[in-house]
Amino acid sequence: MRTSWMVTVGQRLLEALPTLFGIILVTFVLTRSLPGDPAVYFAGPAADAQSIAETRASMGLDQPLPVQFGRYVQNLAQGDWGVSHNTGRPVIEELGRRLPASLELTLLGLLLSMAAAIPLGVLAATRPNSLVDHACRVVVTAGVSMPVFFTGLLLVYVFYYQLGWAPSPLGRLSFMYIEPPKVTGLYLVDSLLAGDFEVFRAALGQIALPAITLALFAMAPIARMTRAAMLGVLGSDYIRTAKASGLAPHTVLFTYALRNALLPVLTTLGMVFSFLLGANVLVEKVFSWPGIGSFAIEALVASDYAAVQGFVLSMALLFVSLNLIIDLLYTLIDPRAGGEAT
Amino acid sequence: MKQPLLTVEDLTVEFQTRAGIVQVLDRINLTLHKGETLAVVGESGSGKSVGAFSIMGILDPAARIRSGSIRFDGMDLLTSSAGDLNTVRGREMAMIFQSPATALNPIRKVGQQIEDVLRRHGPVTRREARRRAVEALAQVRIPDPERRYHAYPFELSGGLCQRVMIAIALCCQPRLLIADEPTTGLDVTTQAAIMDLVRDLGRERNMATMLITHDLALAAQYADRIMVMHAGQVVETAPTDALFSQAAHPYTAGLMKATPTEASSLDELKAIPGSLPDLKGSLPPCRFAGRCERRESRCDDPGLALAAVGTDDLHRVACRRPL
Repeated sequence: MRTSWMVTVGQRLLEALPTLFGIILVTFVLTRSLPGDPAVYFAGPAADAQSIAETRASMGLDQPLPVQFGRYVQNLAQGDWGVSHNTGRPVIEELGRRLPASLELTLLGLLLSMAAAIPLGVLAATRPNSLVDHACRVVVTAGVSMPVFFTGLLLVYVFYYQLGWAPSPLGRLSFMYIEPPKVTGLYLVDSLLAGDFEVFRAALGQIALPAITLALFAMAPIARMTRAAMLGVLGSDYIRTAKASGLAPHTVLFTYALRNALLPVLTTLGMVFSFLLGANVLVEKVFSWPGIGSFAIEALVASDYAAVQGFVLSMALLFVSLNLIIDLLYTLIDPRAGGEAT
Repeated sequence: MKQPLLTVEDLTVEFQTRAGIVQVLDRINLTLHKGETLAVVGESGSGKSVGAFSIMGILDPAARIRSGSIRFDGMDLLTSSAGDLNTVRGREMAMIFQSPATALNPIRKVGQQIEDVLRRHGPVTRREARRRAVEALAQVRIPDPERRYHAYPFELSGGLCQRVMIAIALCCQPRLLIADEPTTGLDVTTQAAIMDLVRDLGRERNMATMLITHDLALAAQYADRIMVMHAGQVVETAPTDALFSQAAHPYTAGLMKATPTEASSLDELKAIPGSLPDLKGSLPPCRFAGRCERRESRCDDPGLALAAVGTDDLHRVACRRPL
C-alpha cells in the first residue's frame, strides 16, 4: 500500500512538471509585456537616459528575452527566486515570511466553509423544499452574488464599527501582543504549541472576520455541490438496497450516502481553494493582512518582475500540491481510484 | 387453510408527477404462503416492481398509497412506524434487486455490506458478524469467500454481485424473499445458476418467494403459482400448471404466444398489438380492452373483478369474455 502511494505521489509530481514549466514561461512573458519599465521606475525620478541604461544593465534587462529567461530558469533550478527590487530582499525570503499568513487565512476560511456548507447541503438534500433547503438556496445565491471585498467591508462595519465585537481589522495580531515563536508560521497553531492562550485568543479575534469573509464566499459552491451529490446518491439503487435491508437511517445517511456524495465534493474543493487564493488578494487588502496577496499587488504596481513571478510560481506550487493531496484523499475514500490505476 | 404469510388487499398506488396523477396500481390482491413461490409476470411498466416496493416500504416519495392493506404475519405494514418496519425489513423479509452492479454500495467492501445488515438485526460481536458474513458468501456458492469478503463490487462480475445481493438478502434468514428480475442483465448460464440458488435456498428454509419477472418461461420453471399483471391490474392468477393448460385471459394467452419455446420457430411468435395504455387520466374498467381482440361493449361496464375460472377457486381471472 505504502509503496503504491509513493509511486502515485512521484508520478503526480512528475506530471506536474510540464504544468509548472508552462506557468513559469507564461508568467515570464506576461510580466515583460506589461506596460511600465522597471528600469525607469527604479532609477528614480531624477535619472537621465544614461543612469536608466545603467540600471537596466545592472538588472540584466538589456539582454534579449530568451537569455533572460534562460538565466531565470537556471537560477530557479538552484533555488534562487531572484531579488525583489521593491524591498531589496530575496523573493523567497519575502514569500516565506508572508505565505504562512495567507495560508492560515485561506485554510481557516476553507475549513469554516466546509464545516457550514456540507451539513447545510446534506440537510437541504434530505429535506427538499423545506426551510433548510430554502435557506441553503439563499446562502448559495448570496455567496455567489456578493463580491468578497463587499462582504468583508460589511462585516467590518457591523462587527467592528457598530457592535465593537471584533478588534480593529489591522493585520494578524494587535501590537499589544508579541507574535508566538515560529514553528509553522501559523499564529493559531504556534500560540497553541507555545501554550499561550492569550495570544491564541487575540490571533483568533483578528483572523475571525477575514476568515468568515472567505468562508461565506466559498460556501456557495460547496453547499450546492453537496446538495446535488446527496440528492443523486439518495436516489441511487444502493440506497434503496440499504433501506430494504432495514439499515438504521443514520447508517444509510452517513455510511452509505454521505461517503459516496463526498467524492464530487472533494473534487470541488480543489476548485474552491483556487477561487479562495484569488479572493484572498482582495480580503488581505480590506483587512490589512500581511500576506502574499498584498505583496503581489505592490510588486505588480512596481513592475517588480522577480516578485510577481515568485508569487505566481508559489501559487502554482500550492495549487499543484493541494490537488495532489485531494487526489490522495480520493483514493482513500474511493477504492475504484486506487493505486493500481498506474 | 393456514393463515397466509403475506396478504395484500385492494392495494391502489398513484404517482404524482408534473404531467398529472399516474394510476400505477389498481386494487391489487395477492396472498403468499410459507414455502410457496409466486411469480408475478407482466411486461415492463405493468406495476410489478411498484407492488414489491410497496410491500418493502421503499416506494419513491412521489408515490401515494390511496387504499388497501398489506399484512405480513399479522403485522399491518402500511400503518406500522418506520422503526418497526426497519426491524422487519432485512430480517423477516428481504429483497433482491435487478442490476446488481448498481444495487451494491460501490465504495464499501461486500463483506462489510453483509455485516452491516447482520449487526443491524441482532446483537452479534464484530468477530461473529465477520464469520457469518463469510459464511453467507459461501452459502451463495461464491468461491473463495474469505478473499471475496474484501472485494468491492466493481471487482466482481455481474453474476457474483447478484450472489452478494442474495447473501445480503438471506443472511438474516428471512421468511419472505422478493426477487425483482434477479437475472436481468446476466448471461443465460448465470441466470440458471442464480435461479437455482434462489430456489434451493428457499426450499431449504421453507421461505416464501415472490419472483418478479417478465419471462414467462422462467416463471413456469420456478413458480408454484403465477400472477399476471397488466397496466397495474391483476388480470389472472393461477397455479402454474393450470395457467399453462388453460389461460383464461386474452393477455395471458397473448404473452404465451409471444414467448419462444424450444419447439417453436421465431415466425410463430406473435406480438401483442398496441402498448400499455397511458395510466394518466380516466381509464376503462379493463385496462387491456384497448388492445383486446375479444372486446365487446359489456367490457366497458364498471365493476370488473377477479372471478373463479370454472370450479377451481385458485384460478381466477378478471375478464368478461375469458377464453
